[in-house]
Amino acid sequence: MPPLILVNQLRYRYDDGTVALNGVDFRLEAGETVALLGENGSGKTTFALHLNGLLTGDGSVEVCGIAVNARNAAIVRRKIGLVFQDSESQLFMPTVLEDVAFGPLNQGLSPSKAAEVALTALEQVGMADVAGKAPYHLSAGQKKRVAIAGILATNPEILVLDEPTTFLDPPGQRALAGLLAGLPQAKILITHDIPFARATCTRAVFFRRGMIQQEGSVEEVTARQGWEFRPRRAE
Amino acid sequence: MHHVTLDQWSRGGSALHRRDPRAKIATLIGFLVVLGTAHRDLAWLGAALFAILLAGLWSARLPLGPALARAGAVLPFTAVFAGISWLAGDPARGAALVMKSYLSALAVLLVVSTTPLPLLLRGMEMTGAPRFLLMVAQFLYRYLFVISEEAQHMRKAAAARGATVQGMAGNSARFKAAAGALAVLFARSYARAEDIHRAMLSRGFPGYFRPLSAPQFGRADSLFVTFLVISLIVIRIFIEKVA
Amino acid sequence: MHIPDGFLSTPVWAVMDAAAAPAVGYVVRKAQRGFDDAKVPLLGVMGAFVFAAQMINFPVGVGTSGHLVGGALLACMLGPAAASVVMCAILAIQALVFQDGGILALGANVFNMAIAGVLAGYLPYHLWGRGRGRRAAIFAGGTLSLLTSAMLALAELMISGVRMPGPVLGVSLALFVVSALVEGAITVAVVAALERIQPGVLRAPSAGRSPAFAALALVAILLAAGGVVFASTAPDGIERLAMQTGIASHARTLIATPLKDYQASWLGSGWPAQAAAGIAGLGLVYGACLMIGRKR
Ligand SMILES: Nc1ncnc2c1ncn2[C@@H]1O[C@H](COP(=O)(O)OP(=O)(O)O)[C@@H](O)[C@H]1O
Ligand SMILES: [Mg+2]
Repeated sequence: MPPLILVNQLRYRYDDGTVALNGVDFRLEAGETVALLGENGSGKTTFALHLNGLLTGDGSVEVCGIAVNARNAAIVRRKIGLVFQDSESQLFMPTVLEDVAFGPLNQGLSPSKAAEVALTALEQVGMADVAGKAPYHLSAGQKKRVAIAGILATNPEILVLDEPTTFLDPPGQRALAGLLAGLPQAKILITHDIPFARATCTRAVFFRRGMIQQEGSVEEVTARQGWEFRPRRAE
Repeated sequence: MHHVTLDQWSRGGSALHRRDPRAKIATLIGFLVVLGTAHRDLAWLGAALFAILLAGLWSARLPLGPALARAGAVLPFTAVFAGISWLAGDPARGAALVMKSYLSALAVLLVVSTTPLPLLLRGMEMTGAPRFLLMVAQFLYRYLFVISEEAQHMRKAAAARGATVQGMAGNSARFKAAAGALAVLFARSYARAEDIHRAMLSRGFPGYFRPLSAPQFGRADSLFVTFLVISLIVIRIFIEKVA
Repeated sequence: MHIPDGFLSTPVWAVMDAAAAPAVGYVVRKAQRGFDDAKVPLLGVMGAFVFAAQMINFPVGVGTSGHLVGGALLACMLGPAAASVVMCAILAIQALVFQDGGILALGANVFNMAIAGVLAGYLPYHLWGRGRGRRAAIFAGGTLSLLTSAMLALAELMISGVRMPGPVLGVSLALFVVSALVEGAITVAVVAALERIQPGVLRAPSAGRSPAFAALALVAILLAAGGVVFASTAPDGIERLAMQTGIASHARTLIATPLKDYQASWLGSGWPAQAAAGIAGLGLVYGACLMIGRKR
């Protein structure tokens, strides 16, 4: 079976000259959940934006065997669902239901069918009871769940979540880990939260200065990079 | 907060809430025209229209006191001009300004607190207002509170930076600090708009919005508009004829 | 200055609504051109920014403060058509959600602030926004924008017969000038701060300087100045003026003749007929706007 994602020597620089990606090689197999670790500014978000053609750099990106480029963007965006770091930007429609139905409507479903799909997705994340609410009034954890429902409603084969635990309290983080573990799709999780990564991911890659510096199990990578916060004992 | 209350009010389930937004818009315009074009017997007309609005508030099960108080937001502006008219020897005009502007504001409030804003905008679109403009208004409303919250933080930061210098020299420093805060707010808003657009594209945005549901203009709605607008006109003719 | 309902006389709000509607249709078409679907969220969020910017106070003099109004800033950042659309959306939300400004008066408010104010605010930038006089142009834009909006509002109020004795008029004009200068200063300061954190954000004025645009903006400014002068010659409002010159009574006999016997009792002021004529007129404008505005 071909890999779900295959990235070769990806490079990207922003208009202001910042080199954000500097030769990234990456692959994702079916059924995997991979953690993307690394410092702020190491290029993780920029990398994610390349996976569905929101940005296009030098090198090649293939998703489900399809080259990601301007012409194929529409097809690729059905295969891969991006959950952005800031839920407030992701939930742009006036009500939760309208927001979750946004993707299905764009895929050409009839309004009634789209509403049905949206409700199913909301049930899947346990948020069906807030369907009529305005996203602004939800808690951070609820917003994140609704954002995930909005992606699930488009029925993608791969999920990419950018720092999903940022605004969540510990119970919210546990609940999210539980939710993600129950989803069958292959996943990429960008995170700084090592316990969360350990609980959810089968593999980790470590970004540094726009490149993947190390790959391995979450344990190996975090140990090697000294990436876990441990209070130093007084001598 | 102001808008949160309004948002909650607008999601009630009364008969008035259930009317098609177009029906409420048309009735509102009728009301405003009947009130706005009147010149005679304003006291009686005002009393009659006020009674109608009270009945509307009551039937929509909105809290009377807070609703009446909120419509009073127009009064400070009006009071200035009313005061000027009074001093200039035309107290009747001053009173008319107060009455007309207050009742108009109350009527608008009654409509927006029985219709969620996105639905109201949708109704306006279906009566021919440019969709692009209404989508901009919808996004504005969606992000109004998000950006306002950011502005609150910036205000505190700007105050903290400018507060160390006193007097007129301090004024200039504070002015610069405020300008810096606004510039940061602008840049963040711009970046947020970019983020939103990316989120839209990620879910297959084709360049136009497809609505999830369309309000249905039914018989009850036609009856509602016809009955109310005719009643308003008859009331005014009656008052002007009898008085 | 958001005019509430109840302040403008019927001819004034009707004319302003009729003038604003096609103008809005036009700026919307223009802002939408060069089909770019990023514009809806951008303009919406920019509207939210201008709204929120009112919370940040700029110290002015001793113990008083001003805040950004934003027409000129938006025009420099987004171009005049997009800025107009943003201001329209702001005014609509203010009228509906915050009862700030009326609904029948929305046409007047839109014309004053979103159309004339933005055009006037962009004019100096359009003319001198490239060379070394850029900062001065931005300052002048902010000032002119607010002054034009305020003068138009004042003229409309006076033509509607709202009392403005001489001293009050003088004080309000002085206030307008001061707040206009403050708006100019804020606009320049914000643009300067923005260029420090994000060099190159400012849109250069569009290449082909269209004389039509400059002419339009000039008309808006002259209208504002002329309006106040005209209005102050008719201190009791246009209706009283019409009454004196006999236009009103002439109109009344015209309307009332076919209904001779009833006119005294039922059509005392002829208002249903006037209203009907007005509504028919608005209907025509509405139809015209639908034809102009429909794209899809
Ligand atoms: N829109 C942008 N314009 C210019 N530089 C950017 C932009 N977005 C991110 N960068 C820069 O690109 C680099 C990588 O950023 P990002 O991918 O967001 O990193 P991460 O998600 O790992 O924190 C950083 O140096 C960042 O400052
Ligand atoms: Mg990131």
